[in-house]
Amino acid sequence: METRELICIGCPMGCQMTVQTDGGRVVSVSGYTCPRGKAYAEKEVTNPTRIVTSTVKVVGGEKERVSCKTAQDIPKGKIAEVMADINAACVSAPVRIGDVLIENAAGTGVAVIATANAPSSQ
Amino acid sequence: MRNYDIVIVGGGPAGLAAAVAAKNSGCDSVLILERDSELGGILNQCIHNGFGLHTFKEELTGPEYADRFIRQAIDLKIPYKLNTMVMDISPERVVTAMNREDGMFLIQAKAVILAMGCRERPRGALNIPGFRPAGIFSAGTAQRLVNIEGYMPGKEVVILGSGDIGLIMARRMTLEGAKVKLVAELMPYSGGLKRNIVQCLDDFGIPLLLSHTVVDIEGKEHITAVTIAQVDDSRKPIPGTEERYTCDTLLLSCGLIPENELSQSAGVELSPVTGGPVVNESLETAIPGIFACGNVLHVHDLVDYVSEEAKKAGETAARYVRGEIAGESGKTIVLRAESGVRYTVPSTVDPERMDDLLTVRFRVGSVYKDAFVSVYFDDERVQHKKKRIIAPGEMEQIVLQKQQLARYPDLKTITLRIEQD
Repeated sequence: METRELICIGCPMGCQMTVQTDGGRVVSVSGYTCPRGKAYAEKEVTNPTRIVTSTVKVVGGEKERVSCKTAQDIPKGKIAEVMADINAACVSAPVRIGDVLIENAAGTGVAVIATANAPSSQ
Repeated sequence: MRNYDIVIVGGGPAGLAAAVAAKNSGCDSVLILERDSELGGILNQCIHNGFGLHTFKEELTGPEYADRFIRQAIDLKIPYKLNTMVMDISPERVVTAMNREDGMFLIQAKAVILAMGCRERPRGALNIPGFRPAGIFSAGTAQRLVNIEGYMPGKEVVILGSGDIGLIMARRMTLEGAKVKLVAELMPYSGGLKRNIVQCLDDFGIPLLLSHTVVDIEGKEHITAVTIAQVDDSRKPIPGTEERYTCDTLLLSCGLIPENELSQSAGVELSPVTGGPVVNESLETAIPGIFACGNVLHVHDLVDYVSEEAKKAGETAARYVRGEIAGESGKTIVLRAESGVRYTVPSTVDPERMDDLLTVRFRVGSVYKDAFVSVYFDDERVQHKKKRIIAPGEMEQIVLQKQQLARYPDLKTITLRIEQD
């Protein structure tokens, strides 16, 4: 049996929650004051995910960098590997919002897409 | 001299939403003046997600949120001038501006909408002792360097202040390979959103030291270390609690101040609490025809509320230009903030000029649990709403109904209070 302390991010209350797990399975959640807290706690201990946002180098553009994000949330443990892929990438202008910059970031099956436009320098 | 019906100073989220609303309300002569080389304002450097949950029911990044409004402005063919600095606004609404193409030029506007946003509180306003070496940045400056220009300010970082920008930058610097040693916060609570504390600090094991501040900065040419100490209830450092941390970067995230130099030169009256203009129910300042919205009016927590407020400023400015709100009824009800409520926007209500529903936004001075937000019409309590939590970092609002105000013809003062029962 494992115990983890969490702070709920659902609202400014910031409920202190205690989650007990057994072999990766949630046994009990306490401290939450609404259903959103319980759902967050269960997801956070079994399969925590995050959207990663960063910038990718641009060549031939008016700007040096274009901002980007993972198209969906990725496993929290993969953040560093996804960042390594993003930092190794380099794209040519022009880039449009929503363009796929990396097709499969760090083997997650999730694409990294542009969140801004980067026009060509001409 | 050129002529426009409405000139909007600033092309960030407030200016864009105001311009779109003014045009949609039938005003065809709108001009946006923007100092930067692109529209979008500060959203362009806020590359993290979490914007637009209220407005678009989805989670967007800053540049994506800005793009939604930029596209609307472009589709509506609203003219804008980039790289253009407004130098002066006169009480008669003559706007003096300059750029490289036009040189200096004057515009006579029928209405002006102030949408200049806010600035970060700089080191000079914080009374931190120690040397003045390189390597000390406001969190927003570091955000611009990293996200727009592609430079890293340093590798070993200490952050003072737990505002949202500081928290966001703690994560951003960590993702880019820096070691963020700690975030120190003077107050016993963080001014940032819970989700940012969890996802920007806890995710990366970055400690948040509440009731702590920087008491010394070392380094002659470049910062080499800071000393952090715990503070007591009166925010004075406690001797013996000092700890030294080596670092090459200190980021400051210690509050935002509305940017009102232009407003002041126009003679607009400012609130000593918000640092923004005092406005009436139409978001009009003390000078007829000059309106204000967004962070220049008061610092918002969510951009969604900026867009909502700016839409209203755009609509009322368009009505002003058509002569529809020029005449005041002569009746002014004063809005008062008391018992924990720090301020209200607007500050006055004309019961004739107000819309059917009027949103009054406010902030509180400390954290309240299971407290009530009460509204008094003179001495009579007319609203009493329980809230599980009210915190300084979150903007609150109440709604006034025109119909209800009509039943109180002699009403002088509306008072907002936080009450425990």
